[in-house]
Amino acid sequence: MFEEANQQAIKAMKNAQPILVDVEPASKAISGMKKNLILHAGPPIEWNQMCGPLRGAVLGALVFEELADNLKEAEAIIESEEIEFSPCHEKGAVGPMTGVVSHSMPVFVVDNIANGNRSFSTINEGLGKVLRFGAFDEEVIKKLKWIEKTLGPSLKKALAQTDGINLNGIISRALHMGDECHNRNIASSSLFFKMLVPFLLDVNLETYLLQEISAFMAENDHFFLNLSMAACKVTMDSAHGIDNSTIITAMTRNGTEFGIRVSTLGDEWFTAPASTVEGLYFPGYTAEDANPDIGDSSIAETRGLGGFAMAASPAIVRFVGGTPADAIGYTREMMEITVATDNNFTIPVLGFEGIPLGIDLLKIMDTGILPVINTGIAHRNPGIGQIGAGVVRPSMECFKDALVKLSQRV
Amino acid sequence: MTDDKNIFNKELKVINIGIDTFPKDLKAQGVDVISVDWRPPAGGDLDMLKLLEKLEG
Amino acid sequence: MTKRVIVKTDTYRDSVILMRISNSITEVEGVQQAAIVMATALNKDLLENLDLLIEDVVEATPSDLVIAIEAKDEASIEVALLEVDRLLTTRETSEEGEVIPKTLSSAIRELPNANLVMISVPGEYASREATKALRRGLNVFLFSSNVSIEDEVKLKQLAVENGLLMMGPDCGTAIINNVVLGFGNSVRKGTIGIVSAAGTGLQQVSTIIHDEDFGISQAIGIGGNDLSKDVGGLMMIEGIKRLAEDSATEAIVLISKPPDKEVSNRVLEAAKRSNKPVVVIFLGGTSEEIERHSVVSAATLEDTSKAVCALMKGKQPTRTIFTAERNEVVALADSESKEFTSDQQFIRGLYTGGTLCSEALVILSPLLGTIYSNSPLKQEYNLENSSMSKDHTCVDMGSEEFTVGRPHPMIDYTLRKQRIIREGEDPKTAVILLDVVIGYGSHDNPAGELIPPIKEARDAAKKEGRRLSFVANIVGTDLDHQNLRKQQKQLEEAGVIVMPSNAQAVRLAALIATKGTIADLLFEEDT
Repeated sequence: MFEEANQQAIKAMKNAQPILVDVEPASKAISGMKKNLILHAGPPIEWNQMCGPLRGAVLGALVFEELADNLKEAEAIIESEEIEFSPCHEKGAVGPMTGVVSHSMPVFVVDNIANGNRSFSTINEGLGKVLRFGAFDEEVIKKLKWIEKTLGPSLKKALAQTDGINLNGIISRALHMGDECHNRNIASSSLFFKMLVPFLLDVNLETYLLQEISAFMAENDHFFLNLSMAACKVTMDSAHGIDNSTIITAMTRNGTEFGIRVSTLGDEWFTAPASTVEGLYFPGYTAEDANPDIGDSSIAETRGLGGFAMAASPAIVRFVGGTPADAIGYTREMMEITVATDNNFTIPVLGFEGIPLGIDLLKIMDTGILPVINTGIAHRNPGIGQIGAGVVRPSMECFKDALVKLSQRV
Repeated sequence: MTDDKNIFNKELKVINIGIDTFPKDLKAQGVDVISVDWRPPAGGDLDMLKLLEKLEG
Repeated sequence: MTKRVIVKTDTYRDSVILMRISNSITEVEGVQQAAIVMATALNKDLLENLDLLIEDVVEATPSDLVIAIEAKDEASIEVALLEVDRLLTTRETSEEGEVIPKTLSSAIRELPNANLVMISVPGEYASREATKALRRGLNVFLFSSNVSIEDEVKLKQLAVENGLLMMGPDCGTAIINNVVLGFGNSVRKGTIGIVSAAGTGLQQVSTIIHDEDFGISQAIGIGGNDLSKDVGGLMMIEGIKRLAEDSATEAIVLISKPPDKEVSNRVLEAAKRSNKPVVVIFLGGTSEEIERHSVVSAATLEDTSKAVCALMKGKQPTRTIFTAERNEVVALADSESKEFTSDQQFIRGLYTGGTLCSEALVILSPLLGTIYSNSPLKQEYNLENSSMSKDHTCVDMGSEEFTVGRPHPMIDYTLRKQRIIREGEDPKTAVILLDVVIGYGSHDNPAGELIPPIKEARDAAKKEGRRLSFVANIVGTDLDHQNLRKQQKQLEEAGVIVMPSNAQAVRLAALIATKGTIADLLFEEDT
């Protein structure tokens, strides 16, 4: 009964063609965006349930938007319920870590030209003290302003010179270069940079600006993460809402809860408490410092990249004390819970077999195998940043709830 | 019983799901055996298993 | 607290490897913190934050390795540094290794010509896995128990529809194409086929057939519930059909407890239709029904084995009471019992094989009257507490109350060893009767396990002026890896009397326990 619908979903995913076409302020690009609306990663959540980093990011965004002069004021306007919150996912967007998107922030606009749907993501701020990890001091706001006023518009001009940039093309090549496109993005970031530079040079920016922009992009090994997330989002959205399809179309976390969506079950979120990531910590940090799992970046795994494509990126597996053989084992394990493989994205060491495609709720229940997600670990206190990386699996709870709902529908 | 379906007089090729002493003994007899790293469906939840079987029809 | 910071010039390692090493070193006893990193600008900042930055590090380049450790004392630092060294020099192999499938589907992909699935998962999931296997056209050996009767019927119907074998649920033994599945003994390949609802029954029969210089074509286990009314003998009848069609099989043996009457009829009809010599043992049942279908009936497992071999030789089946001469046996029993106190009168049978225990009850009842058991012939003979014997007792130690959360007593002798000592302490115990099952699935050295508690029980009894008698039967062949001859020799040296079959061991135990008084009853020819 579900097989045919799932094949339909698979077809939509395989045919998706995400193209980066523009950079626009969120206010223009995202339908329903408002001055007092803050988008965030993960399933829906109230202010008083938010974890430290997410709160920090929200406060920083309010100061950036000049809705508040300082953090105390920012807190006050939240308490007085003047600020609205919504998951990025519900507005066609995705954001890594805290994933906060506000009115004035420039966002990448990605079109799925096979289907006509669209997705958005912010421009990655780089490493260290950034809003994404909940930092909100002057330095952070200053950088966000630079992104808003300088980087965004310049990228927009450069993109206007192109016919759009084919994101899947970059991802498939990056998979052959050791990226899995969630935790390792250096190859895709380098390829993107390589592609963009000639167009950037073509738009007559002053030299100092070119220097600023290229330094910014070149030193960020994860620049492409936000773009690959948007590509995965637009792909998964095209498989969402198919009657009788049991494909998981979203997996995401807000630092407090983990949430999934199922194609045939519409916009309902099925949630469970977010897990703690098992992984390696940078010197000076331990598991006690870790924030629970957070970010929309698991849209990568939802689409068959990241942890699902670990066989393409053996170095990642060391984050949990494994061997390269384990990396292959993870990908093969994920093939037990997916319906097909996508040979638009092949993995050399598996004889160029395609990545696992189409996580099936019923297969998760049948096999008892949970999806595996490669992820960075954030410090539980806002503003400190990434303290490690590792592997995490959602709890069975949210899949059970989805199964119950499905059986009621049928 | 068509000959090609009949397991008698064919070389045994075994899949093992469960206790690991069985494949050990089979290997000692020179039999090709592969073990499944099995875990219970739905995290062991029997109510879920019932739902799943209902959905599978 | 003390610190050590070392710079190793021109030593490069991948940042992820270094992170793993740093994490490991932090676990070393006494270490407060550790940073093993390449001397990049970012890492120098990091080291400064950790207060581990020294001049040498400031000067170092990104291709130099920094080892920075803070610990409670020098000794801890030394230990940590040794560990760092070890981890830095360990090379890792990067072979793919075998693929480990996590589902039946992926296992079939790895072994595409698979023809049999052995399933031993917990009972509540077992029929689901078995169904999947049958639907994929694979035969099933289902060791799991606690599968519902409804599920068993569905599974067996599905199997029969598809010409597949569904061995079980609750099947521990089979021999297919001369390969032992589960528990079982190495026997020569031959022309006698077996269909059995009884695990150790199959083991006793197949090993005695081997001893008689014959062999087994196929031995199909069908699980203990097959001949119940609800299951209706589905697999037994299918098994008979398969052996009838099998050109390598010239004679058939059927082993079970007495089935439901209607089922018995259908099974015996199928046996007759096979047009091959058939010997049937419905253990504890009567022979009329069987003989009415022109099929040979036997009362013990030994007689069953010898009957089918006789038929293969064109001879008439006979009954065995003892292989040795009567006077020899009587003399042996005498020497065992002459030092008994007047209190000593009871048999304590401690069995690992359920069928062998049942056979003991069947043989002893007409000889001795009431025999208590945890799987008794009559409910009124049920042991209140399986761990406490009463009068004559034969206990099946493979029964569920003994095996919850522990390995089967054929593999794990712990409980039986304790029980031997306890029975020895009872002043009324005369004979302790044991089955010793070897072969696949069984302990590597049963004699080695049994002899110490036997000695201990004997010594303790001797101190109280009692002499204990031990009688055993080894279920196995000269091909089994435990070395049957050696096992027998060791048991005999410890004073255990080893008999050639369970039936003979049981009869001897009865003779000894009654101090020879039932000799006439025992040796009289049955009508």
